[in-house]
Amino acid sequence: MSAITLSHVSKCWGAMRAVDDVSLTADEGSLLVLLGPSGCGKSTTLRLIAGLEEADAGTIAIGGVDVTHLTPAQRKISMVFQSYALFPHLSVAENIVFGLRVRRVSRAERDERLRRVADIVGLSHLLERKPSQLSGGQRQRVALGRAIIAEARVCLMDEPLSNLDAKLRHEMRTEIRALQQRLGMTMVYVTHDQTEAMTMADRVVLMRDGRIEQNGSPEELYNRPATAFTARFIGTPPMNLVRQGDRLIGIRPEHIRVAPGGDHVVRVKAVEHLGADSIVLCEIDGQPISVRLDGFSKVQPGEDIRIAWDADHEHRFDSTTEVRLENIVNEGRLAASDR
Amino acid sequence: MAALRHPAAPGMSDLAASSPIPERRARSQAWWNAVNAWLLLLPAAVLLITFTHYPILATIRHSLFITKRNGTEVFVGLDSYQAMAADPIFWKALVNNFWFALGTIPASIVLALVMAIWVNRNMRGRGFLRLAYFTPTVLPMIAVANIWLFFYTPDYGLLDQLRGLFGLAGWNWLGEPSTVMGCLIVMVIWKEAGFFMIFYLAALQQLSPDLDEAASIEGASRWYTFRRITFPLLMPTTLFVAINAVINSFKLVDHLVIMTKGGPNNASTLLLYYIYEVAFTFQDSSYAATLTVVLLVLLSAVALIKFGYLDRRIHYQ
Repeated sequence: MSAITLSHVSKCWGAMRAVDDVSLTADEGSLLVLLGPSGCGKSTTLRLIAGLEEADAGTIAIGGVDVTHLTPAQRKISMVFQSYALFPHLSVAENIVFGLRVRRVSRAERDERLRRVADIVGLSHLLERKPSQLSGGQRQRVALGRAIIAEARVCLMDEPLSNLDAKLRHEMRTEIRALQQRLGMTMVYVTHDQTEAMTMADRVVLMRDGRIEQNGSPEELYNRPATAFTARFIGTPPMNLVRQGDRLIGIRPEHIRVAPGGDHVVRVKAVEHLGADSIVLCEIDGQPISVRLDGFSKVQPGEDIRIAWDADHEHRFDSTTEVRLENIVNEGRLAASDR
Repeated sequence: MAALRHPAAPGMSDLAASSPIPERRARSQAWWNAVNAWLLLLPAAVLLITFTHYPILATIRHSLFITKRNGTEVFVGLDSYQAMAADPIFWKALVNNFWFALGTIPASIVLALVMAIWVNRNMRGRGFLRLAYFTPTVLPMIAVANIWLFFYTPDYGLLDQLRGLFGLAGWNWLGEPSTVMGCLIVMVIWKEAGFFMIFYLAALQQLSPDLDEAASIEGASRWYTFRRITFPLLMPTTLFVAINAVINSFKLVDHLVIMTKGGPNNASTLLLYYIYEVAFTFQDSSYAATLTVVLLVLLSAVALIKFGYLDRRIHYQ
């Protein structure tokens, strides 16, 4: 069963099409990540699902019910904002139970649920504090607590980790994923960080200029990028794209090896040592190409090295449309067999 | 001497000889810091003492003396205060001021808040509306008083012309003790609300729209959100505006000079206007000083309540 369905949803700001004919489905209990560079429409899509913006066209359904014209409250969702949106004059406890108070939940039940949620997010000892007395990570937990106490089936997250430092971000993303699976929530998670998308998602929807670029599992996006844009967006460092005639040849840095009898000669420009591996930035026919080598590479900048890769690791894209070529071949073959 | 008494410690004499120098240097440095600090404070201190502290003390002293016609001062102790307690016009002014404050402060604050929320939304002509609300504050007070004088003029004033449309007889709005205070209150609310609105508007724009959205997702109605989120977060502004309103309600003089001169029968005499009359019309400066002390005590009490009590209960961001 699908928890959230968007079909042909559009939203315009004047002449700008922020969200342009977007259709997607999030399965019950899954985590769907809306990924993309800033300004691609991912946050607007989330706000459309939340009901904070009204769609200009298309329909939105949550749990099989058409919610396109319902208010945010009627959609029975919870949401974590990028800024956390904590009420600065209320204590942690009051922030978390805010929604329960609005819905006039009895005091006993409120206290009981608060205790349980505070336990889950690890805030039991901070309930009397004001948000200004908390660290960034603790504020994040309060926002999380406020989202899960409602026990809504759908939880929306708008770049929840972007205000945290790298270490905390790593911790929280594991925690959020574990929490989502434990509570069986359907989660829509907006981020511009492809690492978050790859590590957390059941399904990634990569957006660009208001449209869906590719919709698939993290593995699909990584191993079979549908466009050169996806190829460039996913992976650190991203896939190398080398122009050859009217084609772009894509090859992941880890699929390239340094071989004395390699087919290509490249000049080393720089070497980044990451510890477990090294990224060697090279130049091939005036185009940049990065190579991932295990361990502490001894290659020196300025050196010429020979590299090679297997043909079945190659991805091919049309250089003008940037679309993956074997798709076209396959579709062409399918179309031919239909006839 | 130190070296003689401690022959076993040859280094001591060196230490004893060298240590006083840095100590003296440190002391002189601290002294210079203090001088610098006082010099930096001097301009502000001079202004404060000349125009605030000295006049207050001089007023208090002046209220304990009377000035004879030949210019000599005679100490009379609390005589002026006793005279004041027996002065029916003083009590009338005080009671008037109380009603005036009660009539203007809550109404102008509520109106300012409502207007600010109204113009804080995205709508056409928002800039024009904001400007319109602010106009009363920009206009010179003499002009304001004259405009309202025209509204309230008997028979051909705006108000009476409107009454005339319904066949009602003319009414001397400012000439009747029963309506004069109401007329002044309405005018002052009109003048103050726009000014206070600017503060509320600024405060509202500081609030993150995320808070409203978070509340709406939790299912809070607009009124509930206002009551539990917006209004508490506006409390610092409300306090600031309220203090200003209280001070203004004791400061009104110019409109009274133009519109009513405190009449009829002292029905519109406020405390500061009475002080002005006593000092400059009756030339009784020691009694004016006595009345001023009362005003000072009242305003200090307001300030004490603000700093001592309210500030601790309000959430400042």
